[in-house]
Amino acid sequence: MKKNKNIIFLTGDLGFNALESIRTNFPDRFINVGVAEANMIGIAAGLALTGKKVITYSIAPFITLRAYEQIRNDICYQNLDVKVVGTGGGFNYSTHGLSHHSIEDLAIMSVMPNMEVFSPSYSWEAKESIRAMIKSKGPAYIRLGKNPALDYSKPDFKFVVGQGYIIKPGKDILLMITGNILDYGVTIANIIKEEVGLNICLVSMPSIKPIDEEWFLKVAKNMKMVATMEEHSLHGGLASKISMIFSQSGLNKKFLPFGIPDRFIKDVGNRDFLLKKSGLDPETVSKKIIQCLKNI
Amino acid sequence: MKKRLNDTEKTSCRIRSHVVDMSYRSKTAEIGSALCISDILTVLYFNILNINPKKPKDEKRDYFVLSKGHGAAALYATLAERGFFPTNKLEKYRVNDGIFHGHPSRGSAPGIEVSTGSLGHGLSIGTGIALTLKKENPKVRVFVLVGDGECNEGSIWEATMFASTHKLNNLVAVIDDNGFQGFGKTREIHKMNLEQKFKSFGWKVLKTDGHNHSQLKKTLTEARNQSKPTVVIAKTIAGKGIPHIEHTLLAHYYVVDEKTHKNHYAK
Repeated sequence: MKKNKNIIFLTGDLGFNALESIRTNFPDRFINVGVAEANMIGIAAGLALTGKKVITYSIAPFITLRAYEQIRNDICYQNLDVKVVGTGGGFNYSTHGLSHHSIEDLAIMSVMPNMEVFSPSYSWEAKESIRAMIKSKGPAYIRLGKNPALDYSKPDFKFVVGQGYIIKPGKDILLMITGNILDYGVTIANIIKEEVGLNICLVSMPSIKPIDEEWFLKVAKNMKMVATMEEHSLHGGLASKISMIFSQSGLNKKFLPFGIPDRFIKDVGNRDFLLKKSGLDPETVSKKIIQCLKNI
Repeated sequence: MKKRLNDTEKTSCRIRSHVVDMSYRSKTAEIGSALCISDILTVLYFNILNINPKKPKDEKRDYFVLSKGHGAAALYATLAERGFFPTNKLEKYRVNDGIFHGHPSRGSAPGIEVSTGSLGHGLSIGTGIALTLKKENPKVRVFVLVGDGECNEGSIWEATMFASTHKLNNLVAVIDDNGFQGFGKTREIHKMNLEQKFKSFGWKVLKTDGHNHSQLKKTLTEARNQSKPTVVIAKTIAGKGIPHIEHTLLAHYYVVDEKTHKNHYAK
């Protein structure tokens, strides 16, 4: 915002302990529109129609679901320069309950024409995704989770929209993960190495739409199997996008998608607890991958 | 004695004729709303808005947003009459390989600033436009035409609250108060006093007859020069100009038949 004076930041009355510095440093370009997400997106469209680049911010389910029609008609249909930031994707707001879980945002955001969708896993990807999003002149959605304890970035990483990043090299199984559930992937890779001696190629996937098909086919080419993992419904997220590439390219490999099953997870508990209830804990996922390998 | 029509009244008659013709050709409905806003649009586009059809993207232009997008036929006819594009383009309304949807689509023709269609969006968009212009081009005005039934939508009041907090005196909402909405009479579905409601939200409220051109000119001019966001509640007649559908719910769903088409042109 310091470099680009054309950026306006709107929040739907959220951002405690997060947005204070933006509010202080850019008082003329920071607006709390109040608890009114639909109006926030409409205002963002109006600002964009007058040449502004607009960032809108709220908790993921509120901004994507309450204002969905505004995002579709006002932003995507008119292809306007508005960025939608949803915080706490997946189960990051765990014990707040189902109203605060966001398990369908990647699906509903990526189904709209003109929309780019990002789901970074840790700080480097988040920064780079935001940079790419700001550079583009159209609509984009970014789902932010909580930053995992580890920093997975490597000096040779160069961010390209649509591509993923190899966190752990391996030649047997390709495991693609989006979002901050990536840290489970490291545990899964260790369990599989220990139990069956196979190497997982762990890839973090900050882009959900577009996905660079050529890049994916190159990475997947020599693998025994491909698995995806996401803190999102099995419908419409990373698994759906990868299986579409499978069917269109004729790639003939075993494919195992891990995501939240098609039911509301009403259990009360912390994020790890809810992920376990969804069958996404490292032990369950590792077991299923090993089982699947036996059948190849 | 038959009333002598002034220039803008004659223009409104031509706009209504286009609307009737467009409905007849395309065999499509939703003309009740287009007919009842024709006078408001005529006065706006011929007397109030600072616009230049030759420079539809002029930075100093006033903006118009048709939030009640189902009145689009009248907007297209008005833009054509005002010279944004030739009137023969109106034949491309709601037909295969056409130009114009039943609701406005930005970029489909010069002068169409915003895509609308689902109710309750346009006032927020107009508010965003006004927010930029208030700082960068304070003389420019943003007019948003909203339906009375559309005021059922919560987002209208979210935008109203915001505009008053941010003192957007460059924003004017015009309410097409025709008394009907999708499936009944507006005031039977919600006992809503629009005047009181807008006042309580901190807006200046003006009222006018939505078909009387001299009143419209006076009120809309007054609305341009206020110290806070302003609403003009314009009393209108649904289906204005086709006597057998005036003041009826049917006006919204009516498709012009051959007899009505013929009679209208015989007048």
